[in-house]
Formats: sequence, C-alpha cells, structure tokens
Amino acid sequence: MTDSRMAVRVEALESLLIEKGLVDADRIDETITFYNERVGPMNGAQVVARAWRDADFKVRLLADGTAAIDEFGFSGGQVDKLVVVENTPDTHNVVVCTLCSCYPWAVLGLPPRWYKDPAYRSRVVREPRAVLKEFGTAIPGDTTVQVWDSSAEIRYMVLPAMPSTWAGQSLDVLAAKVSRDSMIGVEVLSD
Amino acid sequence: MDGVHDLGGKHGFGAVNPEPNEPVFHERWEARVFAMYLQLGGNLDRSRHAIERIDPISYLADTYYGRWLGGLETRLVEDGVLSQSEITERAQALGARLDDRVAARPSFTRDHLPDEKPSTDRIGTAERPLETSPRFALGDRVRAKTTSAEGHTRMPAYVRGCVGQVIGLHGGWVFPDSHAHGHGEGAEYLYTVRFATETLWGGGGEENVELSIDLFEPYLDMVDHDD
Repeated sequence: MTDSRMAVRVEALESLLIEKGLVDADRIDETITFYNERVGPMNGAQVVARAWRDADFKVRLLADGTAAIDEFGFSGGQVDKLVVVENTPDTHNVVVCTLCSCYPWAVLGLPPRWYKDPAYRSRVVREPRAVLKEFGTAIPGDTTVQVWDSSAEIRYMVLPAMPSTWAGQSLDVLAAKVSRDSMIGVEVLSD
Repeated sequence: MDGVHDLGGKHGFGAVNPEPNEPVFHERWEARVFAMYLQLGGNLDRSRHAIERIDPISYLADTYYGRWLGGLETRLVEDGVLSQSEITERAQALGARLDDRVAARPSFTRDHLPDEKPSTDRIGTAERPLETSPRFALGDRVRAKTTSAEGHTRMPAYVRGCVGQVIGLHGGWVFPDSHAHGHGEGAEYLYTVRFATETLWGGGGEENVELSIDLFEPYLDMVDHDD
C-alpha cells in the first residue's frame, strides 16, 4: 500500500482506540520523541568505548552483557538478556533475526530498514561474506565469520575491534567513532 | 508455521540496500503504529504470530511497520476489542477506497485456538528459572527436529534435521510455541547451538563460516556419540 493509504488505515485504528480509551495520543507523542531522541546506537557506542578503555569492564561485558549494561541505566526495551560477542583477528561476528527483526533496542535503538528487509534476513545466514561485501566489508578468508541468528529473547551486540591508531583517545572521542553498523557486524572500523 | 516470514536461506531477494543517514521513522504513520503497539502491550508471542499470519503478499509488500499494523489489527479483532467492519467503516470515512485492504484479514487462521490457560501478558523479562535439569550440556551434539509445526515456532526451517553443537546454556524461558497460542508460558530450557555452514547449506558455499542460533529444548534431539 502507498504511504498515504497506509496513513488512512493507521488513522482509522488510532482514532478508534483513542475513543475507546485504549491508547492516549499524548503518550504516543512521548513514545515517538523518546525513541527519536533518547534511544539509539549512541548508547551502544558508549559501551564499546568503555570496553576498549577498561579491560576489567570488557571482561564483565563479555561474561554477562546484561549486568554490564545495567551500569549505564539505558532504557528502551527489547533486551531481556544481552550477549556481547567480540571481534578478533580469528572471528568476525554478524547479527541477524531471520524470523522477524529482533534487535537490541536499548543499546542500538530501532533497527534500520535493511536489517528488517527480506534481502538481509534471507541471505546473511547463507552467504554472509557476500552480504558483508555489499556493505564494503571484506573479511579475510582465514577469519571465521560467525553469524548469530537471534531467534529467541537473547539479544546480540558485536564488540568491534578498535583500530590501533585510536589508542589513548578519550571515551567521548572513541564513542563518537563507533558506528551502528560495526555493532551489528556489517562494518569493520578503520581510520 | 511454514510462513513467508521464515526467510533464512531463501533465494531471490537481491542486494541489501542500506540507506545513508536513515531516520528512525520514515513516515509519520510508522511512528504512530510503533507507539500504539508499545502502549497496547500484551503477549509478544501472540503478536509475532499475528504478523506471521498476514497473507504472504502483504507481508512482503507492507514493510516492517505495515506488518506491525496488520498484526495489531488482527489481534484487536480476534480479541473482540474492535470489529473488522468498525475498522473498515472508519477507514472509509477517512478516505479509504472501497477496495483498500484495511483491518488485515489473516490468511491462516486454522491455528488460532481459544485460550486454554490464561496467557499472562509478558511484562519484563521472559526468563523463567526452572527446577528441572537441562537435558543438554555444553559440547553436546544435537539434531534439530524435522517437525513442521502449524502454529508459532521460533525454530527456522533452515536448521531442520541439521546437527550442531551446544555452545550456550541460557536457563529456562517462556516457550513461544505454547505462549503464542494461549496455552500458558510452558517455560523450556534455551540453548545456543552452533552449526557448520556446510551442514546447513551443503558444500560449495562460503568457506570458514559458522552459524549460532538460540533453540529451545523441545526443538532438539541428542545425537549419540557414535552416530
């Protein structure tokens, strides 16, 4: 359906639900503002920067991601249990949800369109190297590509490798350089 | 169910199409659907199953928030909160054409059974500690069952019959196959199972690729060590 026809369909539902007192228009506005402004990959980027600078935190993050991100006080849902998987010279991790579009909202925000579209969901489990190349990401043949299909309520986030030239930079500077795509695993960070 | 939503491994969808500087919501209606959905809350597993039951053509055509809308309409109609005619009449009053599809009509309803047990809304975590012992341990070789359930399941078809290794133990969780149908939470143990890519797709594919996926205990059988 076109967007204008979809908009009519949504307006019909919303007006009926408001009349029945089941949804509140002001709360709808507040939710939209919250997800536009407060929830997003800037949260995950803080976690990554901290893990790069703080070896003890990194150990805790990889052992129990849920407990480690509690320290940041993010909200935004969709993370009953967070598992953080680390990219190393031996292993490159990439995350998908083939059955719907599960995604760790609290650390990465709402997923981009391509993550929810059939091309990514169908192909990355079968030919991840080819899909990564479409993002401009070439993984060496001797590095294992590890695909994580988040089929239950565990949510996955990738801890990308830090380019060696970034060593010694501040948390804020580092966090600003961590991209959403690197935390999904379709990008390798570089200078 | 063997629905169009079970996309893993399907051919023909073409290139991935990332959009630079993508907004959180592209259209106002997408944001309204998202926020209504959150406000209504309810049983997440039933919601997912309502989306899976959208007819396959619309599932692909409506995009992500359009699917949320269809799932929401289905749930509200099946719960008796709104009637299909009520939604249709309102949409037409607001300018919908007579042939517009409103109030999504699920194409696959055989499986929507009346609730046998009160189905708790899932608020907060779906983790449910279990008193029984898990059947599998780290390192066990397991085979995914070949069952093709008609209802909701979180085992994608592409792992059916394949042998992998348990690499993660996650304790007990609400079992979506039960909870989506109003049969109670029926908590089951959840595992991460790792498969070699040639096991899933045969030879000739990409080299040095593995796949890890979260699977519930009822989806799995033990593989004998000399099997």
